[in-house]
Amino acid sequence: MNSRETTKKIFAYVRKYGIFVFFSFVLAAISALLSLYIPILIGNVIDNIVGENQVNFHQIHSISIRIVIFIGITALSQWVMNLCNNKITYHVVRDIREDAFSHLQNLPLSYLDPKPQGEIVSKMIADVEQLSEGLLLGFTQLFTGVVTILGTLAFMVSLNPRITLVVVCITPLSLFVAGFIARNTYHLFRVQSETKGEQTSLIDEMIGNQKVVKAFSREEKVIEQFREINERLTKCSLKAIFFSSITNPSTRFINGLVYTGVGFAGAMAVLNGNLTVGMLSCFLSYANQYTKPFNEISGVITELQNAFACAGRVFEFMEEEEQIPEKEAVLLSDQVKGMVEIKNVSFSYDKEKPLLKHLSLKVKPGQRVAIVGPTGCGKTTLINLLMRFYDVDEGKILIDGVDIQEITRKSLRSCYGMVLQETNLRNATIRDNLLEGKPDATEEEMIAAAKMAYADGFIRRLPQGYDTVVKEGAEGLSDGQKQLLCIARIMLSKPPMLILDEATSSIDTRTEMKIQSAFEKMMVGRTSFIVAHRLSTIKEADVILVMKDGNIIEQGNHEELLGKKGFYYQLYESQYQ
Amino acid sequence: MKRLFVYLKNYKKETVLGPLFKLLEASFELIVPLVVAAVIDTGIGNHDKVYITKMCGVMVLLGVVGLISSITAQYFAAKAATGFAKELRDGLFEKIQGFSFTTLDSLGSSSLITRMTSDINRLQSGVNMVLRLFLRSPFIVFGAMVMAFTIDVTTAFVFLGVILLLSVIVFGIMMLTIPLYKKVQQSLDSILSITRENLSGIRLIRAFSKENWEIRRFSARNQEYTKAQLYVGKISALMNPLTFVTINIGIVVLIYVGSIRVNQGTLTQGQVVALYNYMSQILVELIKLANLIITITKAVASGDRVADILQIEEPKGNKVMSQQTNWDHGDREYKVEFQQVEFTYQGAGDSSLKDISFKVRPGDMVGIIGGTGSGKSSLVHLICGFYSASKGKILIDGKDVNQYDEKSLRNLCGIVLQKNVLFHGTIEENLRWGKEDATLEEIQAALETAQAREIVEGKPQKRKTMLSQGGKNLSGGQRQRLCIARALVKNPEILILDDATSALDYATEAKLRAGLKELAKNKAMTIFIVSQRTASIMQADKIIVLDEGNMVGMGTHQELIKSCEMYQEIYNSQFKKGEDNEQ
Repeated sequence: MNSRETTKKIFAYVRKYGIFVFFSFVLAAISALLSLYIPILIGNVIDNIVGENQVNFHQIHSISIRIVIFIGITALSQWVMNLCNNKITYHVVRDIREDAFSHLQNLPLSYLDPKPQGEIVSKMIADVEQLSEGLLLGFTQLFTGVVTILGTLAFMVSLNPRITLVVVCITPLSLFVAGFIARNTYHLFRVQSETKGEQTSLIDEMIGNQKVVKAFSREEKVIEQFREINERLTKCSLKAIFFSSITNPSTRFINGLVYTGVGFAGAMAVLNGNLTVGMLSCFLSYANQYTKPFNEISGVITELQNAFACAGRVFEFMEEEEQIPEKEAVLLSDQVKGMVEIKNVSFSYDKEKPLLKHLSLKVKPGQRVAIVGPTGCGKTTLINLLMRFYDVDEGKILIDGVDIQEITRKSLRSCYGMVLQETNLRNATIRDNLLEGKPDATEEEMIAAAKMAYADGFIRRLPQGYDTVVKEGAEGLSDGQKQLLCIARIMLSKPPMLILDEATSSIDTRTEMKIQSAFEKMMVGRTSFIVAHRLSTIKEADVILVMKDGNIIEQGNHEELLGKKGFYYQLYESQYQ
Repeated sequence: MKRLFVYLKNYKKETVLGPLFKLLEASFELIVPLVVAAVIDTGIGNHDKVYITKMCGVMVLLGVVGLISSITAQYFAAKAATGFAKELRDGLFEKIQGFSFTTLDSLGSSSLITRMTSDINRLQSGVNMVLRLFLRSPFIVFGAMVMAFTIDVTTAFVFLGVILLLSVIVFGIMMLTIPLYKKVQQSLDSILSITRENLSGIRLIRAFSKENWEIRRFSARNQEYTKAQLYVGKISALMNPLTFVTINIGIVVLIYVGSIRVNQGTLTQGQVVALYNYMSQILVELIKLANLIITITKAVASGDRVADILQIEEPKGNKVMSQQTNWDHGDREYKVEFQQVEFTYQGAGDSSLKDISFKVRPGDMVGIIGGTGSGKSSLVHLICGFYSASKGKILIDGKDVNQYDEKSLRNLCGIVLQKNVLFHGTIEENLRWGKEDATLEEIQAALETAQAREIVEGKPQKRKTMLSQGGKNLSGGQRQRLCIARALVKNPEILILDDATSALDYATEAKLRAGLKELAKNKAMTIFIVSQRTASIMQADKIIVLDEGNMVGMGTHQELIKSCEMYQEIYNSQFKKGEDNEQ
């Protein structure tokens, strides 16, 4: 994304706060113009101080009072302007972050799965932060700077056009230098930002899994890896920071030239009687004030370069194609009968390596489908497709005769209750976690569901009961307990179809027996897909799908399949060998 | 905060030279108003055009020297700042690598990650700005004051008053805002944590159609963050206007006092202009300083957060005590021995393991079974020294585990955790985690035993297949098998599978067990298998049955099935039904 597009996008976000931008501009103008007017008044005062016994105190008094009033107004408008700028910046950044997060919710898993988490995290946090700092600086200094430059020019012209000419002739140099440096540092900042992203993703991966790193005594190796990236980052940061920081001294040098020029021309003018000493001092102070914004603007520009490079990365992320747009139609979970039909479906994650090939299957409402097969045979993939985490490459999946591509994902997914291989609880209280599937459930309903999943007992034993917070990576709850919570969650939401993916693998069998019976009750009248290894579960299934290498190689009930003496028979035998 | 300065020690030269060159530049800048005063009083006063031209030449010269010293200063500052950040990042990263499991539990990874990234970035720009400006600004402020004193002592007292007042404002605002900026960073932590959680739980969120709920939750925190920023922003926004007022009122007073002095004949007009110029210079510097103070304040807040982590000392208490124990060589016939071990997680009310004692011979296969939360994982984590026993003793080769240094203990043990994590990189790189110099044969053998060979063979790029972070492009069962292979490549003396086969089907698991049995026999590898399934551990030489942290049974399958009620119950729940149906 080039910087023009980025700028356009940022402006689109800023527009929402137009009124504050307007105020900020007006106040900036007031404070800039007044701070320019104050030196003129001070010059007037100085002109009233000529020498011994030649001081006009009366005049000095009245001008001083005016100066004090203007100082007050300037300070006040500066403060309010700062407040406006904070408001604009922090709100714009908040909006961008929120949009990025919403966008993230709509990105297809095929985009997210292969991406390191840290890379996305770095965009959403570090890059947006950088943009925020840049914008704030931009708002505080850019406009004030421009007004100051224009105002000074106007004042100077009104005082003495010829000296003004000196100033005007020298300053473009300053702009040129600043522009030149900024252009050449943009790509340095981009490289820096990319390297930072790389580093963040390493940090995220390693520190996020610090325990595994430690279990393998990998610390040294990981540190080595980190150092390598860190070394590179340091090099490119040094370049970016140094080259951009040349701007300031260079412009300051040119300012010095302007100042000298004004001093020289001014002194000559005084000699010729065209200027008073007071006006010269006022001019000199202008020369300072006039060039200062150039300095600041150039500083702001480098900061903005950096900010825009980061914003570019964020916007690029936000332009990633979202999931296939949704059809409006909705499937109502309480009206779904649960007939699932898979028609000639093909799918692969990687186009090079086909996985599911022309798969077809018809499941009647209320049937129980067990999927078995060696690990990696495509069981999880089938579930990815049923839930539309991924879209099929070819073929169709129908529910009650409706193509799932024709209905909203939300309504499709609300028809399924799912317990995944890995427990996925969030950093929230147990109550919040349970209520996720049915936010309007009553306390009684929730407790009843927890009881059904045999979770009520241990939850009550926790210090804060249902209000215990499930903490990230904490040892508080065992894997089995977490699994129980996931099951309780399903028990509460009671969806028309169920997907159980090795749902009970880390629960001890005594507890599991009880859960099984609760599941039994729940599965009555509900179409269920179960990826399970326990034959007791599989045996009671209406249809068993035996999968191997992405294909359904056998299909039927337990007795039929045993009779075939095929792959299923072998699997069955191996369990009791 | 102070302890962070150590990280500048390799950049002493830069840290000193940077500000020095800056000061050089500033000194030249300070001479300029004097030159201007000379132009006004001498040049204009005597109508001496040559003098004026000469003085202007001096000013240009001062500018050139200033430019050179300034660029030099910028270079040193940038070098020191990036170097500082680099060393700090290295240092912090290493520090985190050294944390014990208990410390990691209490810190949480999100907050560590923000500290590694956003906080250190802020520190870097803080150091950079400090080196560039922090000395320069006060130098100019004080320099201007000193210059003012050389011109006229009485009038210069106005400078003194103004500067005192300014210091109060600047430091007051700084003191007020530092704790607030810390809060701001904390809310950033929570935004980060939501983002990470969202990414790792994305399937669940979609399955429950919770996207909007997530967005709302994110917005709420995001809003909190914005609020915190705005609040602290309100206070720091006072900095500029307040300094502006102080300085300008100062100028008015200065000129007023000056006018009285001029009227008395003790001061000239040119000198008043020079004094005024110095005051303006202070204003310019202070505006810069005010912005700088905000950066510094943020940096200090971040620095404290980083320092908090660097300060954490790992407790080493156990080591000293255990050094006194004499260990009996006779006991070395046992590979692992627990003596009345009790273990409580830090901060937990109840102990997770109580009075556990057992002995295991080299080459034994030990099964550990028990209900959810019975302490199975805790037990094996103790063997690896992830946590230290609260009471009792754990011996490996007859030697207290606390006497081993961490590294040799970890090399002794290979563990496959419940949470199967693979890392971004090729399969081979992942497998070499435990042993960097493993031969291809060793890798092949490990893959073979772990039943993971076909996973590798099935990929077009074989061992060089790239895995995404967390191994997301593999199924759960594939991940488990590769994780087992990874532990096997290490060729550990003690192998621990912590419920690491739950996603494997029975056939694969049976083959895996057979392979492990081989290893136990041939290499005398001691193997611990934690499982929920009786089938996984039935053939073990010794089975330990745990219930709520207590050992309720120990022995072989044959013994336990007769004597241990709990074991019978577990066994029956899994096998009875199956057998019934088989008949």
